[in-house]
Amino acid sequence: MTQADESRGADTHGAYTLKPLVAGPPCCEPKKLIGVEKLSLRYNGVPAFEDVSLDIYRGCVTALIGPSGCGKTSFLSSINRLSDLIPGCEVEGRITVDGENIRNPRADVQALRRRIGMIFQKPNPFPLSIRRNLEMPLKEHGVKIRAELDERVWRALADVGLWDEVKDRLDTPALALSGGQQQRLCIARALALRPDVLLMDEPCSALDPLASAVVEDLIASLRGRYTVVIVTHNLAQARRIANYAGFFWVKERAGALIEFDHCHRIFEAPRHELTAAYVGGRRG
Amino acid sequence: MRDAVSTARRSPSIRDILIQAAIWSAVSLVALAFFWLLADLLRHGAQRLDWAFLTALPKNAGRDGGVAPILVSTLLIVAIAMALAAPLGLATAIFLSEFTRVGGRLARWTSLSLDVLAGTPSIVFGLFGSAFFSAFLGLGFSILSGGMTLACMALPILIRATEAGLRMAPGEWRLGAAALGVSRATLLWHVLVPAAAPSLAAGLMLGIGRAMAETAALIFTSGYVDRMPSSLFDSGRALSVHIYDLTMNVSGGDQNAYASALVLIILLIAANSLALWLSDRMFGQRITSS
Repeated sequence: MTQADESRGADTHGAYTLKPLVAGPPCCEPKKLIGVEKLSLRYNGVPAFEDVSLDIYRGCVTALIGPSGCGKTSFLSSINRLSDLIPGCEVEGRITVDGENIRNPRADVQALRRRIGMIFQKPNPFPLSIRRNLEMPLKEHGVKIRAELDERVWRALADVGLWDEVKDRLDTPALALSGGQQQRLCIARALALRPDVLLMDEPCSALDPLASAVVEDLIASLRGRYTVVIVTHNLAQARRIANYAGFFWVKERAGALIEFDHCHRIFEAPRHELTAAYVGGRRG
Repeated sequence: MRDAVSTARRSPSIRDILIQAAIWSAVSLVALAFFWLLADLLRHGAQRLDWAFLTALPKNAGRDGGVAPILVSTLLIVAIAMALAAPLGLATAIFLSEFTRVGGRLARWTSLSLDVLAGTPSIVFGLFGSAFFSAFLGLGFSILSGGMTLACMALPILIRATEAGLRMAPGEWRLGAAALGVSRATLLWHVLVPAAAPSLAAGLMLGIGRAMAETAALIFTSGYVDRMPSSLFDSGRALSVHIYDLTMNVSGGDQNAYASALVLIILLIAANSLALWLSDRMFGQRITSS
């Protein structure tokens, strides 16, 4: 544990119920879970990113870094097909999950989104109680038995370190929680559905430094059990939690994936000049 | 910064004083008009208003006796209007806010027709109700056709208020629900409609207000028979029609007209409080302060 971790734990006065950072197993033998081939996305004809190909490995944290407006968020939303909802948005290319083409128009989008959860920049709990925030999606996906609902709610809240903080007020409004707690509740809401993948769009950027640290440790603890794709502007954070990193940059007025590699190589031995300049703080 | 504030404090300019005075007199004038009206009603109507007035049949063309059948007819007409308008209004508001784009052609045309409807004089609604519900559908002068006509009148206000409430719901909820694989119907039922409930209640209150105060639209549709209605197909006289009749057509009916007007005002206040209480009670636990 580093100095920073220790002081962080002491400063939160008991609000910090997560166990200290426990990293998942190292990804020695990467197994591909999501394959992206020649993916492009346009909003009303204006390209957001073009020709992106990369593999996401099972159980690993993959960080997408790069300046604003280079298509990282659009890329995320094409993986769970949330981009379908945006009028004028066209996607081209191939995305496979476990070898299955998810861009197939006949694919079950609801089932896909259960399997691939998403966490947004701003915490977005529903204006319901804490319990019903978790139960509503569960019921939607066919979990009806009370005992199983309770079990799943408990497990999800425990997984994000929220159980001890909220166990006595499960039926109070979720919007009364603090920002960091709300974000962890949103992660719990996604975890309750037992997804394989979590897509995270700058999950810490709307939080204060302490809450951000708690969420970051939480993401690190998910490594190994879940496949995480995280967009972040915080390079130090990417470096701390990611196994793989992809660097996006605006090339010819559209976002492009410049380099994709093991996280430590992106930061320590980037092959591309732009990457070196960005992670070194000289560009961006 | 500090200096600027303290100088402003020290010497309020003539212009500030004038503006303040103008605002205060405007406010007092508005308040005065309302209280004058209320005081006038109380002065003339209060001594007539008692339990007997509410439970007795009108006698001598309404000069004597009470308003029992008129009260029953009014409540029935308003109940029918609201029972029809609430589900239709909610459904239309959901359609407008969730299934059309702002500025899209469909939304524009629907909005335009709603605005025109909201501004249409009530006598036009009365003619429409008389031609369509009474004559074409064969309901005649009846509480049913009166209620249906009022429902048409209350709809634009109701839809506008509910739509505004639904549109206030942040887009993050919709995005979050989609990302969880939650269907639109579930989101609407469990999140959006409860969140918009206060707006729906406000719309209902305005609708009820408009319906109870309505005279022109009712004369042609529910009629002015002052007997106790025995079914919804009977003609029934609403309070506002009663007040109109007593003031315009019945000499010596002024006292009872005042008392009836007082009853109407009390009913309106009660309806408002009830709608507020209901929205709190039914949805208060589901929604939070925000």
